[in-house]
Amino acid sequence: MTSPLRIENLTLTYHRHPVVHHASGEFAQGEATALVGPNGAGKSTLMKALVGLLKPNHGRVDFGQRTRRDIAYLPQQAAIDRSFPLSVADCVQLGHWHGSGWFGKVSHRARHQAEHALEAVGLAGFESRNVDELSAGQFQRVLFARILLQDAPVILLDEPFTALDSKTTADLLAVIDRWRQEGRTIIAVLHDFEQVRSHFAHTLLLAKEVIAWGATDSVLTPHNLARANAMAQAWDERAPVCHRDDPAPEAAPAVR
Amino acid sequence: MLYQLLWQPFDEFAFMRHALVGCLALALGCAPIGLFLVLRRMSLVGDAMSHAILPGAAIAFILYGLSLTAMSIGGLIAGIVVILAAGLVSRGTRLKEDASFAAFYLVSLASGVLLVSKWGNNVDLMHILFGSVLAVDSTALLFLAVVSSITVIALALLYRPLVVESFDPDFLRANGGGGTFAHLAFLVLVVLNLVAGFQALGTLMAVGLMMLPAATARLWARSLGGLIGVAVGIALGSSYCGLLVSYHADLPSGPAIVLSAGIAYALSLLAGREGGLVWRWLRSRHLER
Repeated sequence: MTSPLRIENLTLTYHRHPVVHHASGEFAQGEATALVGPNGAGKSTLMKALVGLLKPNHGRVDFGQRTRRDIAYLPQQAAIDRSFPLSVADCVQLGHWHGSGWFGKVSHRARHQAEHALEAVGLAGFESRNVDELSAGQFQRVLFARILLQDAPVILLDEPFTALDSKTTADLLAVIDRWRQEGRTIIAVLHDFEQVRSHFAHTLLLAKEVIAWGATDSVLTPHNLARANAMAQAWDERAPVCHRDDPAPEAAPAVR
Repeated sequence: MLYQLLWQPFDEFAFMRHALVGCLALALGCAPIGLFLVLRRMSLVGDAMSHAILPGAAIAFILYGLSLTAMSIGGLIAGIVVILAAGLVSRGTRLKEDASFAAFYLVSLASGVLLVSKWGNNVDLMHILFGSVLAVDSTALLFLAVVSSITVIALALLYRPLVVESFDPDFLRANGGGGTFAHLAFLVLVVLNLVAGFQALGTLMAVGLMMLPAATARLWARSLGGLIGVAVGIALGSSYCGLLVSYHADLPSGPAIVLSAGIAYALSLLAGREGGLVWRWLRSRHLER
């Protein structure tokens, strides 16, 4: 059994502006954690650090014994060129990147798995279509199928339901529920509190600093949400000069 | 009669045969490179690079005279310097890659023109810019064949990372990376093909053989394999047609080849299955009914 995914006194900056500030805590192993917070709260940045795409300026991410292969990551859609002439089957097959790599053969088994994955997200028979023929919802289903193929114990989803209709969202939430039942650790950036309450047992409320982290009902309180909003607006103005050796602020006690 | 029109020039004259083989080899490498440039939205980078290699070729020309080897090596060095400098600038500053490329190639072009006009003469400049495909000797032919082989093999090796890097760069970075390497290796291939092209077609015309077939292919095919096939086919076809036209009508061969590709592009704009104007018009009529 691997140890849980943890962050320790983590500070991340973007163009020299702190985006995540002295955040510490532990993601519940084998559970679904929602990552919520106002725009600009550092949610996507934290996700990037959790995949290892962004180096911490201070503190660290404790990956346990996990390697890159153990973490599947679905970025926000904006970064993907959907006009690229790639077939749905090939796109899903990318989930096998660690097996096939630059030159490796794609086995028959892998092809079957890709078909099953597409079936599981409700896109059976779409294999030979091009990704540029899909609607936003269908494309998101394809990306979920790709994660199914990655078969990773930790799954990170950055705003997976933005601009999707309720049917697609419900279907994909069902996929997430299944992942949880399979004992995978899921961390998803979300904005809809109803979704969070009904599908995510744990919540991390982030507004540059950790405002609250724990059981969803105890985190999503009006008091905490008001604090998060105020923090996001006022942070830059009231932030003191931060020296590297400063103790972490009260909101996020350093884990030792 | 048909034989006279379509094959006799190649049968009769060795220089025409050399030109044909050289251009076909060039087309084989340039077309897929151009396709990836189009797909990666870097169409203008090809153009920029073709200017960027000029000072290297010019310096080599001034030092060693009209030596293909020296000019090729000079051009290659200049091209790689610009790639690395532009790459460093776009990673280290807020400038996007296209802006830093533009800056470097303009500086590079200006120094090239300055060098040639001070120490060379206009005929040399014309030769570097527009080449002379009918003067392709066996050394040049060998060079073209080598570059073409390297390109095809390297593209086969880089194919997957290049595709993934174009489609979803974050995915590649999160899964072990290699995207930056693939990108740089690809840019080196671009320079290599432009350098190979400048003896035969000239730096400026070589870009035409790269970009026009690639843009045309988009109007015919949907899958990546199909796109590469169409692009290569059009590049090969327009090399052949262009040489024939240049022979029969006594026209410069480089522009004739590129214009052949241009005609293919124009026809495809009208009749191409994927987004050609005729089909679009027919379909909209269909919808009205």
